[in-house]
Amino acid sequence: MAVKVLIPTPLQKLTNEQATLECSAGNISELLESLEQSCPGIKARLCDDQGELRRFVNFYVNNEDIRFLEGISTSLQDGDEVSIIPAIAGG
Amino acid sequence: MTPTLSQLKTSATCTALKCKECGAEYELKATHVCEMCFGPLEVVYDISALKRTVTRETIQAGPNSIWRYRPFLPVLTEQYIDVGTGMTPLLKSHRLARQLGLKNLYIKNDAVNMPTLSFKDRVVSVALSRARELGFETVSCASTGNLANSTAAIAAHAGLDCCVFIPADLEAGKVIGTLIYSPTLMAVQGNYDQVNRLCSEVANTHGWGFVNINLRPYYSEGSKTLGYEVIEQLGWELPDHIVAPLASGSLFTKIYKGFQEFIEVGLVADKPVRCSGAQAEGCSPIAKAFKEGRDFILPVKPNTIAKSIAIGNPADAVYALDIARKTNGNIESVTDAEIVAGMKLLAETEGIFTETAGGTTIAVLKKLVEAGKIDPDEKTVVYITGNGLKTQEAIQDAVGEPLTIEPKLDSFERALERSRTLDRLEWQPVLV
Repeated sequence: MAVKVLIPTPLQKLTNEQATLECSAGNISELLESLEQSCPGIKARLCDDQGELRRFVNFYVNNEDIRFLEGISTSLQDGDEVSIIPAIAGG
Repeated sequence: MTPTLSQLKTSATCTALKCKECGAEYELKATHVCEMCFGPLEVVYDISALKRTVTRETIQAGPNSIWRYRPFLPVLTEQYIDVGTGMTPLLKSHRLARQLGLKNLYIKNDAVNMPTLSFKDRVVSVALSRARELGFETVSCASTGNLANSTAAIAAHAGLDCCVFIPADLEAGKVIGTLIYSPTLMAVQGNYDQVNRLCSEVANTHGWGFVNINLRPYYSEGSKTLGYEVIEQLGWELPDHIVAPLASGSLFTKIYKGFQEFIEVGLVADKPVRCSGAQAEGCSPIAKAFKEGRDFILPVKPNTIAKSIAIGNPADAVYALDIARKTNGNIESVTDAEIVAGMKLLAETEGIFTETAGGTTIAVLKKLVEAGKIDPDEKTVVYITGNGLKTQEAIQDAVGEPLTIEPKLDSFERALERSRTLDRLEWQPVLV
């Protein structure tokens, strides 16, 4: 599935300063592998040694946090938009 | 240009940004996330320089604002923005304390903080001072309302362009209280977490200074002043217990950091301070994790009248949980009805009209006392962080109505008699 991935500033050094990438993946887990293929090193930034997403990394598929969906098994459709966002303080 | 002696004394206290997770260090630029592990970045200070140069006397000789703590704040020049923020009253509570059965209760009243009546003026004063140093011409934020008011107001004062993002369903007071300063105001059709995500995406592509995104390490340091001021106002002493609202968890962790820094620099004698947090039940991911013994949160979709603290995916939750646990504090949540009752209780006993976040904090204070989790003798400080005039919708059906009378003495007498009868009826266990 061809999806669009929004890359946060802290990772743009690994994407040749690109803020968006096109990727082909059937779910988030595959997306991580696919990103690693095109931007070596990026997976280690997003996942810990056990391969789990780091605790300050948020993934959204079409504006929905994947923790409200099926986590890294969340499936992707053609044209989906995946956003990678660091945790943000607020108020 | 040769720096003056006073600049030398105060200007070189912060040295780097450091990842709270992996310890990687970065220059003091506009960035908030570790490139290696995505952990949040925090400002590092030269503690030995602070020990050499800062005393109680140098602080007391400073301005009557947060800038008296200038060496502990992350600005490099003396060109900071001082709009009188901070040094809000710390009141010894008598009536509320008696009602709750506490002997040593204090209220830190940021409902009257300047210029926009919430604690956010502290963080924004610092963030925009740093934004100007970093050369930003446009500043921005994602906000549940108070931050929008503060960013728009202080940007106006500083002559910075301003674009603010809020959820579209905010209280009218917070919308008008932002628009009056003429920023660009984006009302996003979504909840705060969605606004935040959008702003992160905007921050990736626009060269703006987002106070709570790429300026966050500087911004969040402003909250430490709520710790410093309480120490100073208690006569250079730490409290035994604090109760503060939890939204992202940033305020809570920075009050704690403020206490620790003053201990480390030798400005106050060390002693344990219990740190307890307050959430609204309709958005209580941190309270739930605390109760269930988890060290991570599960995000929620907020549904509460306490909109200013309705953050379903709180960034500093893990640190807030850690602090509450290691200080023997608690994190508790209360219903919307308890929040309204908390607002009324504070108003009727202390004359302070707080917003829903303050109602949440008072209601949690009450709940903790009733559960025996606050000792009556503990020197307890409760943090009131916002003003009730901004969230009138939450309270308008719970405060009654004025007695409308004719401009005649007998009309007044009849109305007075009637109101006294109603008062008496309220005290009776059954309706008559």
